[in-house]
Amino acid sequence: MKERLQQLQQEALEKIEQANDLKALNDVRVAYLGKKGPITEVLRGMGALSPEERPIMGALVNDVREAIQRALEAKQATLEQAEVEKKLASEAIDVTLPGRPIRRGNHHPLTRVIEEIEDLFIGMGYTIAEGPEVEQDYYNFEALNLPKGHPARDMQDSFYITEEILLRTHTSPVQARTMEKHQGRGPVKIICPGKVYRRDNDDATHSHQFTQIEGLVVDENIRMSDLKGTLREFARKMFGEDRDIRFRPSFFPFTEPSVEVDVSCFNCGGNGCSVCKGTGWIEILGAGMVHPNVLEMAGFDSKKYTGFAFGMGPERIAMLKYGIDDIRHFYQNDIRFLQQFHRV
Amino acid sequence: MFVSYKWLQEYVDLAGITAKELADRITKAGIEVESVEVRNKGIQGVVIGHVLEREQHPNADKLSKCFVDIGEGEPVQIICGAPNVAKGQKVAVAKVGAVLPGNFKIKRAKLRGEESNGMICSLQELGVESKLVPKEYADGIFVFPSDAPVGADALQLLYLDDEVLELSLTPNRADCLNMIGVAYEVAAILGRSVKLPTIELHENSESVHDYISVRVDAPEDNPLYAGRIVKDVKIGPSPLWMQARLMAAGIRPHNNVVDITNYILLEYGQPLHAFDYDRLGSKEIVVRRAKAGETIVTLDDVERTLTEEHLVITNGKEPVALAGVMGGANSEVCDETVNVFIEAAYFNGATIRQAVKDHGLRSESSTRFEKGIDPARTKEALDRAAALMAEYASGEVVGGVVEVNTLTKKEVVVTITLDRINRVLGTTITKEEVAGILTNLQFTFTEHDGTFTITVPSRRADITIEEDIIEEVARLYGYDHLPATLPIGEAKPGKLTPYQAKRRHVRRYLEDAGLFQAITYSLTNEAKATMFALETATPIRLALPMSEERSVLRQSLVPHLLEAASYNRARQVENVALYEIGSVYLANGEHELPNEKERLAGVLTGVWHAHLWQGEKKAVDFYVAKGIVDGLFALLGLESRIEYKQAKREYLHPGRTADMLLDGKTIGFIGQLHPNVQKQFDLKETYVFELDLEALLKAEVGDIRYTAIPRFPSITRDIALVVDEHIVAGDLERAIIEAGGELLKEVTIFDVYKGDRLPEGKKSIAFSLRYYDPERTLTDEEVTNVHEQVIKAVEQQFGATLRA
Ligand SMILES: [Zn+2]
Repeated sequence: MKERLQQLQQEALEKIEQANDLKALNDVRVAYLGKKGPITEVLRGMGALSPEERPIMGALVNDVREAIQRALEAKQATLEQAEVEKKLASEAIDVTLPGRPIRRGNHHPLTRVIEEIEDLFIGMGYTIAEGPEVEQDYYNFEALNLPKGHPARDMQDSFYITEEILLRTHTSPVQARTMEKHQGRGPVKIICPGKVYRRDNDDATHSHQFTQIEGLVVDENIRMSDLKGTLREFARKMFGEDRDIRFRPSFFPFTEPSVEVDVSCFNCGGNGCSVCKGTGWIEILGAGMVHPNVLEMAGFDSKKYTGFAFGMGPERIAMLKYGIDDIRHFYQNDIRFLQQFHRV
Repeated sequence: MFVSYKWLQEYVDLAGITAKELADRITKAGIEVESVEVRNKGIQGVVIGHVLEREQHPNADKLSKCFVDIGEGEPVQIICGAPNVAKGQKVAVAKVGAVLPGNFKIKRAKLRGEESNGMICSLQELGVESKLVPKEYADGIFVFPSDAPVGADALQLLYLDDEVLELSLTPNRADCLNMIGVAYEVAAILGRSVKLPTIELHENSESVHDYISVRVDAPEDNPLYAGRIVKDVKIGPSPLWMQARLMAAGIRPHNNVVDITNYILLEYGQPLHAFDYDRLGSKEIVVRRAKAGETIVTLDDVERTLTEEHLVITNGKEPVALAGVMGGANSEVCDETVNVFIEAAYFNGATIRQAVKDHGLRSESSTRFEKGIDPARTKEALDRAAALMAEYASGEVVGGVVEVNTLTKKEVVVTITLDRINRVLGTTITKEEVAGILTNLQFTFTEHDGTFTITVPSRRADITIEEDIIEEVARLYGYDHLPATLPIGEAKPGKLTPYQAKRRHVRRYLEDAGLFQAITYSLTNEAKATMFALETATPIRLALPMSEERSVLRQSLVPHLLEAASYNRARQVENVALYEIGSVYLANGEHELPNEKERLAGVLTGVWHAHLWQGEKKAVDFYVAKGIVDGLFALLGLESRIEYKQAKREYLHPGRTADMLLDGKTIGFIGQLHPNVQKQFDLKETYVFELDLEALLKAEVGDIRYTAIPRFPSITRDIALVVDEHIVAGDLERAIIEAGGELLKEVTIFDVYKGDRLPEGKKSIAFSLRYYDPERTLTDEEVTNVHEQVIKAVEQQFGATLRA
């Protein structure tokens, strides 16, 4: 009997080993462990054994059952795993096919430049002031020390609507208005971005509508060296940490002294290249100390208060920064142009 | 202003400084030198030759055979094609081996069988611009004065071995519109002195008053008028050096008298005018405003009609010059002129500017008057001109000056302390350094305890206040020496206003939703100005537009966005999604500034979403556009306060347009472009929207309030309602929400059906309703009660039936 059991176990294990799929394995299970299987038969024959032999035989039967059972389970796991793998293999996809696109637009390059400049000055404690694009001659010119008949008005040929109302030629009237609101009390620390208009024929380098950003600081004890320090800080944050700036004397009616501000070329680092026309410097800003007439007209005591102001053109900065060759691109809104500014 | 380096040396010592170095120094100190032009364009070997003989070329009508002494042994034979070559002339000869501009080498040659050993040159061939060549030599060779030394370097005589600095002057530096002014500037920069011209004036014993009298009827326009008579002049060419200097400065030589007035203009910055005394037609000069309709024929032979805004010089009866701008043809100096009246005046800049503007005439003279001249130099310039006419036109200067002078001499004195200079600049400049700078500027000053009292010379009319002195000190001290500091004082943090911050969020939202930001022009044409306007107003027109296309301010952003879409479509970019944030301008009455309102507009056309290989392709439709706008309302926390109302608007599809209302007030529209407009802009199916951005961003929304996350299960019931097809979903939804009360938390439309399975004129809209109570689990019975209320409400209000 014992031999018979061992023989059965041997047979069963061999058949389990040979089973190729779950069905075949189940057939083996039924054949050996089923109610009509040979092991059950062996159990039935136990009645003929002596009471001493019975428990020994019983234990042996159990051992054989368990061995078969374990083999069955192990084989089952192996077969199931193979089944899963087969299924997964059949589910493979081509990962190189394109993904479902996320449609995105982006900032206009001018907005990109303007926001960058705004944020930079906000970081230095400035707020952003805005004002009307259709302005009074008074705020656009007179309050900025450009009385009627001043020769420098020629520098900014303007679009007038009536004799007293025009499209602003710069964002400086926002400065005049803001100062006026402060009623002679400082500090004033603002950045004024916005659209401006001049009588220019549109071509590669001129646009009758363009943007400007101006800055103004008025307080007691504002020095021209503060202007230099502020603009150097700006240039370094905007164009790179190793940038330097230089002042060249110039003339604007609303500032005295007035300077043009060059930034060392961010393309060649100052050695001279086509971007800086070989000079190593790029003209970026106009600036100066607020003219006492401008302070006085806005209600500030020019003996007590001093200030500095500066202005720049986002178009020019964007053209330099991104290598754009024609100012008209900014206003044609060609998607193929706009989408080039999609990334951070 | 063109400044000849050689000429400048007459007034200031330039030893040790090249033209290039000088240009850099001038630029650094504040006047931009735009270019340094080397006048010699590569010429070598051009000398003065004496034409000893001239014969007709035996084989060519238009050529001459000349024998020219070039100061090297035997005369050389040169074939010359110039019509004006003649025996006895002194001419410029490019010798064999010489080089002319453009690396043109002169070789021994045979011209129609005759040997030619060099070339007789015109000024153009020596690199002089045609417009500067004296008219009589315009089509031929240039003839030198007879005393030109044979064999001498012709370039030297013509000032072509010179360099010319082109100064780009800002309007405040009119003092450098003349050589003496530039000399003062250069002297200040270099720390050298200025040498002024010496005037040797010999007057005869006659009195100018016997010749002419002057009356000024418009003293405001003409505070100073002075004149001299030079008699018995001989009109001829001016000396070569003078012609050469004029050409270097960009002025074409004429004759001695005219050249002298131009020379003085360049030297002193004082415009002069020479009248032919005998053609004046009277013995008096009256300066007055023109009478309306009065005319004058100016030197350029144009008859000009005048107004009372123009100032004229008259002979007591009729105008003989448009003051400060151009002389009259009737009194012009010509070859036959014998007696000359020289005018040296100081005219008001604004008066001159008016005439320049009205007549489109800008001259070297008017430019200087417009920018302001130094009246202290007027009479000196007059004397110098008279002296030069005596010397170079063989004239005789009549004794005395006629003059009307109502100028009130204002001496400008500025007082400033060293402390203030340093406080404004942030520097530590010493008293001695400031004194040194003022000395170099040749300003008269005294200094006491750090206080400078400075008398500003009249040539520097731009300096009137302390800040002007600070600028002079700063620019000559050098901005490179200015330290870089940051403002002292409490640093308040900067930030965006809530409006500005929200506007940035709106931009980012729209871009992340798939739209590109556009920036279009504010100026448009009359027709487009009012198209699509949410509110219309009288169009605001420019007084003097540059073109009709940019003549009126826009009242809507949509037209230019459509143009942008069209621009893209014309370039095969069919799928366009753009938005713009910008102002529209609504008139407020003629003397008022308009209302500028910030708007947000968008345009969408073409395919919205495509993922072709997975079979997805969605064209833009009304609901795509609406979804974007809805998302914007949600971004701003306004979604529950917005209502869409079917609307009819010009330029939009009558069945596919909605107005959007915020708290019941119209704040925008959205719709499909009307097919006619679509065609006008050359577009395909296109959707647009425009919103009153200010209304959206300024609406009070308060802070976000947290509500508890659901802890109990909710119950969902679906209903399909059959209604008349004119009933809109929005109305049904509102009724459902109202009837659903507290427990109804969410209503979703999940199906809309119209077709065969419903009676004609009916449609079905299916809603999914979610009920929930945050405090407990709802029972089926409770939900059923409320749900039946909802069904009853839509039955009663809309005649809705439940779809089986
Ligand atoms: Zn460079």
